[in-house]
Amino acid sequence: MDSNNFFHDLHADTSLESSRKKRRKIEAESHSSETEIKWKSESAQRIYAVKLVEALQRTSSQNAPPAPSEAAGGRVVRDVADRVLAMAAKGRTRWSRAILASRLRLTMLRRHRKVKKASGSASRPRKPLPTAVEDRKNRLPAVGNRVKILSRLVPGCKGIPVTNLLEEAGDYIAALQMQVRAMTALTEIISVSQGDRLGSSSSSQA
Amino acid sequence: MSSRRSHSRQSGSSRITEDQIADLVSKLQRLIPELRNRHSDKVSASKVLQETCNYIRSLHKEVDDLSERLSELLASLETDSDQAAIIRSLLM
Repeated sequence: MDSNNFFHDLHADTSLESSRKKRRKIEAESHSSETEIKWKSESAQRIYAVKLVEALQRTSSQNAPPAPSEAAGGRVVRDVADRVLAMAAKGRTRWSRAILASRLRLTMLRRHRKVKKASGSASRPRKPLPTAVEDRKNRLPAVGNRVKILSRLVPGCKGIPVTNLLEEAGDYIAALQMQVRAMTALTEIISVSQGDRLGSSSSSQA
Repeated sequence: MSSRRSHSRQSGSSRITEDQIADLVSKLQRLIPELRNRHSDKVSASKVLQETCNYIRSLHKEVDDLSERLSELLASLETDSDQAAIIRSLLM
């Protein structure tokens, strides 16, 4: 295995600097391939779909007694799907932490609105930090504008450096792709099983 | 982690280089189906960013549509708990 050779070289190498460089390279490569594998694997998709179903059933059992509003249903599902997706990230990415944090903030605001009066907390603690290299790239008006738009599309990435933003965007896209795959499969399974239950002869063929 | 005051104190890994940015841009390019087939040298960073934004927007829309569909399906599911067990086993 390649990794074994790497570690062997690390031990044999007397120079600390080159071994440090090698270790960083290994970490960088494994980190990027980790993210790819994490969102691409079928087991991850299956686990997500199961957790999504469980979360949705919990939500519907909570809401059913009051008054199930059909109109808001899609929004509720979207929120649950995003929350479960963010949890699958295990807190390692900024976008996932931002999704969970905003949910927490909303539920806390709802609960504490009656008890606490003043909640004038600044919800934007981050300040923009352009560095020298970013300035060079961002001075091209097209790129700078696109970076700004991208930062608005990825949750929790408004004032962060470009490299972090690109990294977050890559992980976010991979996660969204898995979300779409899982929800598509889930929709198909449910609609097919519904079709069987209702006894309709023509079930949807993909 | 979000704020980097001085680059000189840190060792090489935290210095933002053009290479790092180029790497990340190419990684994005590989994820986006529109751009995956083209050679990386022919696609500018600006184009990759543009397509990334478009792609994220289209993914969001897809998730919204799927959420609508799922909420319709699940509304009719609520009454049947056996159904839920079947679905879970189908997923596994």
